[in-house]
Amino acid sequence: MQIDLRTVAIEPLRLTFDHIARRLGPDRQPSRYQEGTLDIQPCDNLQYRPTWDPARQLYDPARTRIVMRDWYAFKDPRQYYYGAWTMARARQQEAVESSFALFESRDLGSLIPAETRHTALQLLLPLRHVAYAANLNNTAMCAYGYGTAVTQPCMFQAMDQLGIAQYLTQIGLLLGDSADLDDGRNRWLGDGRWQELRRLVENTLVQKDWFELLVAQNLVIDGLLYPLVYQQVIDKRLAAAGGVSLTVLTAFMNDWFSEAARWVDATIKTAAAESPANAALITAWIARWKQRASDALEPVAELALGESAASVMEHLNLALEARCARLGVPLAKEAA
Amino acid sequence: MSKVFIALQTNEASRCIVQAILADNPDAIVNRQPAMIKIDVPDRMVIRRETIEEEVGRPFDLQEIHVHLISLSGHVDESEDEFTLSWAR
Amino acid sequence: MDMKVKKKLALKEKFALMTRGLAWETSYEPMEAVYPQMAYEGLRIHNWDAWEDPFRMTMDAYWKYQAEKERKLYAIIDAFAQNNGHLGVTDARYINALKIFLSAVPMLEYNAHRGFARLGREMRGVGPQIACQMQAIDELRHAQTQIHSLSNYNRFYNGFHDWKHMSDRVWYLSVPKSFFEDACTCGPFEFIIAISFSFEYVLTNLVFMPFISGAAYNGDLGAMTFGFSAQSDEARHMTLGLEVIKFMLEQDPANLPIIQRWIDKWTWRGVRLLTIVAMLMDYMLPKRIMSWKEAWELYFEENGMALFNDLARYGIKLPDCTELIRKEKDHLSHQAWNAFYTAGMMTNFHTWIPTPEEMDWLASKYPDSFDQYYRPRFEHYRELEKAGKRFYNTSLPQLCQVCQIPMLFTEGDDPTQIAYRQVTHQGDKYHFCSDYCRDIFTHEPDKYVEAWLPAHQIFMGNCFNPGDDPSAAGFDPKKSVLDYWHIAFGRDNMDFEGSEDQKNFAAWRDQATRN
Repeated sequence: MQIDLRTVAIEPLRLTFDHIARRLGPDRQPSRYQEGTLDIQPCDNLQYRPTWDPARQLYDPARTRIVMRDWYAFKDPRQYYYGAWTMARARQQEAVESSFALFESRDLGSLIPAETRHTALQLLLPLRHVAYAANLNNTAMCAYGYGTAVTQPCMFQAMDQLGIAQYLTQIGLLLGDSADLDDGRNRWLGDGRWQELRRLVENTLVQKDWFELLVAQNLVIDGLLYPLVYQQVIDKRLAAAGGVSLTVLTAFMNDWFSEAARWVDATIKTAAAESPANAALITAWIARWKQRASDALEPVAELALGESAASVMEHLNLALEARCARLGVPLAKEAA
Repeated sequence: MSKVFIALQTNEASRCIVQAILADNPDAIVNRQPAMIKIDVPDRMVIRRETIEEEVGRPFDLQEIHVHLISLSGHVDESEDEFTLSWAR
Repeated sequence: MDMKVKKKLALKEKFALMTRGLAWETSYEPMEAVYPQMAYEGLRIHNWDAWEDPFRMTMDAYWKYQAEKERKLYAIIDAFAQNNGHLGVTDARYINALKIFLSAVPMLEYNAHRGFARLGREMRGVGPQIACQMQAIDELRHAQTQIHSLSNYNRFYNGFHDWKHMSDRVWYLSVPKSFFEDACTCGPFEFIIAISFSFEYVLTNLVFMPFISGAAYNGDLGAMTFGFSAQSDEARHMTLGLEVIKFMLEQDPANLPIIQRWIDKWTWRGVRLLTIVAMLMDYMLPKRIMSWKEAWELYFEENGMALFNDLARYGIKLPDCTELIRKEKDHLSHQAWNAFYTAGMMTNFHTWIPTPEEMDWLASKYPDSFDQYYRPRFEHYRELEKAGKRFYNTSLPQLCQVCQIPMLFTEGDDPTQIAYRQVTHQGDKYHFCSDYCRDIFTHEPDKYVEAWLPAHQIFMGNCFNPGDDPSAAGFDPKKSVLDYWHIAFGRDNMDFEGSEDQKNFAAWRDQATRN
């Protein structure tokens, strides 16, 4: 039976679900971000003990030392739920795809001086593995974190990092070939310049406190690595050395980093503002990871920046410290 | 003999995919249900990019099938040119 | 110029560089510490490189195709809401199926989301890792698109309003809750067999294909769209299930008995969970495409057998429970509807007695059972209704310790005899609906003694509305439990006939179809 319906004004009985109304009030129609996020993780009457973590519940706030009265105090300023995230990435992906196609069809790679191309490959290809580790770490934060408001963006971050690892692979294939990928991998595994970074990355892979991992990976390591590699090296040094077209290939990484940083900042800020105890923990975590990350990145920076690597790292460290201070987790001078 | 199947949402794109499947799999049996079309083939079904391209009149990436897919059965083998479902090894 | 003329890489080679090329054997930390969950289930994996990726989807393609699906889906959701599409469904009774769907399914999807995130981190091979990660975000997608699609129904109809609260508490919702929490608390290999193989590959076609096609048939464009759109991801997930089982079986013959036990367990757990789908299909869709029994024969007996025939070369056998399932297919939906109809005081949806035409349809689809066992019961209920004595059973049922379904299933060979099984464990008696639930318990009693059984919890006083004092004069335990569940008495529950939903739907449709 086909019924022709006139569009009529029908008064709704309610505007949203009760668990949303309890947070926002009954008179507000929530956004799709809110409806798809707030309170949707099971949290009551959980059954059975995880065989993989029998001391805790399936969803358990005690998998980090951070304590929150309400885990839905976290907000993603980008308001990403699955649909919003995937559509935003699809638009970016389209731009990346056409940049890569242009680069290939116009043979822009041939205009890059050999030394510049060589430096780009040397630097970028081992970073495939770093991005892959960031993918695993963010997946872990989603798996073991508490509350959809913070676990959901971790999963998006994980997939974004996989996307970056795959874009780096494509760049390797555009500028070189699969032998260059092998070479990058060998340097990641054996070249002395990369070993402190690999040690650091492998240490993060066994980190159990998921919020400490979020601080170490998303704030500290990425907070130094992305500005170093994509802003300082590619956009400045290599662009000036005849590699302007490289900046088109890594535009996604820059855009993504500044976008993701908005979420990382909001998350750190919310957790730190919750209590002095949280702020002290986060500060200690930053102190623990920052010096190591900086030391591990310096030899990598030298690959492209030579003698000026130390001063660039110094500048990036100061910028990260200023960022942390803005987030309510200032580093004491002696701790830094 | 076991059957493999693929089920697609009924829309313009899948109309072309279905035409291509029927052209390349003479034993295919079509079963239309509300908003859905299911195609069974004994043992092995092959979906060929070229055949779909002839139907749609433009380049077609076989991964576009994912947008219209509802379900399938059988072992999947995917290359640029062919998407096959089979029980035979 | 040293740019070589490059050979174009084939999809398979390129995909390998994009995935397994990213991983390395760690040396500053032992691999066992990086992947601590790989050993304890006893499965032997010798070579992760033998993994075959069924679908070779990189993130850029994933974003591209998933965004296209999302754009289409949300356009339809918006249009459906703008045009009051809910008034175009065949019959307001249908909307009650959606209430069950919302209370049960997004929570399942959400648990799957987090479970696959864990596997996406813990599986040691990159191929399965990435497939699990993609599934983790797909499952989040499903939860959210279901919530967003059904949000509009909530604005106009009762019973949807507090699905999240109810999903963690209401008696019948502990069935899906316990199923997924059971799977999520398993080791990674059992989880993937439970969900990707037993649930997705063997059973989800039964949920999505006939039921969602049924939604379309009943004029529900919204549910049809999210259903089919979710199922399009499911095709990838099912393929992961099949790939993973082949991989595990090919790695070591010692894996066979472990995997066989998991398949047996989770096929049975899944079939019990689908009881409610059987009922949805046979009783809650006003227009029907096929009966549960026909769907079962098509998707399990025909397609499922093709699968088990294929796995026979590894030594995998059809689960023993399939014989009982075959016998139960004539009875399942009727017994479930009988249980929910009589429990209609304690549900967040309405129930009703099928019309005479619907009973005739049921009789034609179930010639060996409906008229003999179920029509007389339903006609009796109708007589009671006519006499103004609509029957409500308000006593708490005994629940199976494993599947948590009330004892409503009958013996395979005697549809008049309710099946009961019982086991004593450490001095306590535990009750089961079947041999198969009992066997699951006896294999892992320590896990299943921790089940949160709603009926038991109510008796223990754990399910009264906070603030109510059970010792106070005039304390009404039934009211207090309904309040604890947030079921609005007289609006969410009871018979469809006379409900606010029925009246509103009729009035609104009248308004919308009149000139």
